[in-house]
Amino acid sequence: MEDLSAAEQREPGEADTRGKAHTRGGAETGRESGTDREADARGEADTGREPDTRGGDGTADAVIATRGLTKRYRGGQLAVDGLELTVPAGSVFGFLGPNGSGKTTTIRMLMGLIEPTSGTARVLGRPMPRSSRVVLPHVGALIEGPALYGFLSGRDNLLRYDAADPTADPRTRRTRVSAALDRVGLTAAAGKKARAYSLGMKQRLGLAAALLQPRRLLVLDEPTNGLDPQGMREIRLLIRELASDGTTVFLSSHLLDEIEQVCSHAAVMAQGRLITQGAVRDLAAGARGRLVVTTPDSADAARVLKEQGVADLVITETGVTGEPPDRELADVNAALVAAGVRVRGFGVERASLEDAFVALTGEGFDVAG
Amino acid sequence: MSRAEESGTSAATAGPADPPAPAPLAGSAKPPAPAPPAGPAKSAAPATRLPSAGISPSTGAGSHPLWTFGLFRSELVTTFRRWRTIALLAVLAAVPILVGIAVKIETSGGSPADGGGGGGGPAFIAQITNNGLFLVFTSLAATLPFFLPMAIGVIAGDAIAGEANAGTLRYLLVAPAGRTRLLLTKYATTLAFCLVATLVVAASALAVGALLFPLGDLTTISGTRISFGEGLLRALLIALVVAASLIGVAALGLFISTLTNSGIAAMATTVGLLITVQILDQIPQLHAVQPYFFSHYWLSFADLMREPVYWDDLRRNLGLQALYAAVFGSAAWARFTAKDITA
Repeated sequence: MEDLSAAEQREPGEADTRGKAHTRGGAETGRESGTDREADARGEADTGREPDTRGGDGTADAVIATRGLTKRYRGGQLAVDGLELTVPAGSVFGFLGPNGSGKTTTIRMLMGLIEPTSGTARVLGRPMPRSSRVVLPHVGALIEGPALYGFLSGRDNLLRYDAADPTADPRTRRTRVSAALDRVGLTAAAGKKARAYSLGMKQRLGLAAALLQPRRLLVLDEPTNGLDPQGMREIRLLIRELASDGTTVFLSSHLLDEIEQVCSHAAVMAQGRLITQGAVRDLAAGARGRLVVTTPDSADAARVLKEQGVADLVITETGVTGEPPDRELADVNAALVAAGVRVRGFGVERASLEDAFVALTGEGFDVAG
Repeated sequence: MSRAEESGTSAATAGPADPPAPAPLAGSAKPPAPAPPAGPAKSAAPATRLPSAGISPSTGAGSHPLWTFGLFRSELVTTFRRWRTIALLAVLAAVPILVGIAVKIETSGGSPADGGGGGGGPAFIAQITNNGLFLVFTSLAATLPFFLPMAIGVIAGDAIAGEANAGTLRYLLVAPAGRTRLLLTKYATTLAFCLVATLVVAASALAVGALLFPLGDLTTISGTRISFGEGLLRALLIALVVAASLIGVAALGLFISTLTNSGIAAMATTVGLLITVQILDQIPQLHAVQPYFFSHYWLSFADLMREPVYWDDLRRNLGLQALYAAVFGSAAWARFTAKDITA
């Protein structure tokens, strides 16, 4: 009983802040791979391929939607290969992959810094990089770590970045800069030259730059890099807070548990290709959670569970584990109790994202060769 | 379903946000002038017309035309606050001081200094002892071939490459500064630096000249005499022409700056080119191409000290600078707007 509620405990955290976009990730997972990259460059019409997820909305509801996005660098290296990425509005989207898998190249293409070799990218419903001027004021970005003017103070750095945005009102500039500094906890160090900042402080200042204006989309590349555990917690909290305000957060990280903690959706890249994308709980579910029954009567439990349709039973020291059946788990538990099995714990142990990742890629986080 | 939720939440956040935020501005002020995908949107329900994924139409209109100068101002402040810039200006200001002191020592030794302009410049130096104002002309003639363009080369070469090197370029571009706008801002700032650098030399020379030597009416190259007031005016005009002579180097440096992600490399290349061109300009066999070297007519500013002013070379100089600005400005633009920003 206790374990069941433990399993449920994950839900509220997920649901209240980020469970909005109920795409059924399972349906999405099948659609990546660049095989049909020519399917169409224009787009939206053929999203009928996902019958149940988005209905007529198609990608119009996506904050980021790429079609066959490909980047081949000079020299022939294929950095990103036929990417079909869809980031639902309101999601906290984790972008995972080993170093060198094309994450940063993708982010740079989304931000209009790099021209795709082929394919299209739409951000906030507009094509990039063509609509940079309209789209980017709504986007806060932290790309490949912070970059600052060492000879300027933290505050002056932000003033400069804000001045670079032609849509930013200079009359509110100072207040907005102060608010952003406050939000990342840098007010005390705002007057110090950025050169003297620690990596964590630089990271915070970079985040502050992304928060100078109310944003529709935040693109954060490794935002907790260089932060101490307390700082990481704060950043996660900040991300949740922003997400609950309706900001879509696109978060790249190599920390799987971090993605699992904050993200509602995730995509996994390896060697320039998208391996999978979808809701985090579905991705993890894809790796099959295990039903875990803690009991001293393992033999009896195994028999009852088998009757109840639980497959792949394994008897352990403390009880029995197996593949959860498709039926109501409470009934299974009731059957155990009715059969006189002393159930001390009953619940589904979720597979972690890491399990899912390994199951998907058949590999760990090695640098792509 | 979720779509309605989305637009609901987005409207909620957009609504009460403070007025200057761009999204509500565009939302309330503009009737939807929709982009193709949002075609059927009606102005009837502006608050909830689009799913939150889309952008409120014509948000770009939220930018005030004058705000665009914010970047230029920021760039100016940032440039002139740097120690490097101040050091360059200090070196430039020191040149007239050194020249002035050297002339003073030489002449107080008894022998009248009539050696002429040592640096190949106009023979203003002999006149300094008679009139401190000539120190301005001498100093400009002394700094124009090397010190001034070198300083410009540093500022222009570092303009884009330096930002790329520090990684700040990507953040400026996603701000979004706009590539053309950023390039224009950088060029305008470099030109402002040309002007300031020249004026610093002129002002320093004037101060030193006034301190060490007598001031008064002066004799032009043509032998006529003009009042001190008109002399000052000519000095200012010469300073402006000298500043304008640097337009070509500035454009060249900016172009080189778009080619690399290393500020040092861009600066070194620009200064190296400068020296090379100056040397080539001295080789008689290259006579045919020399009129196209950006430095070829630099010393024509002396013609402003003739009576009447001899305009031909001055005009050629300015035309050549404009040509360099056009050619290398376009090249820089073509390169920078098409460049993949990987730094």
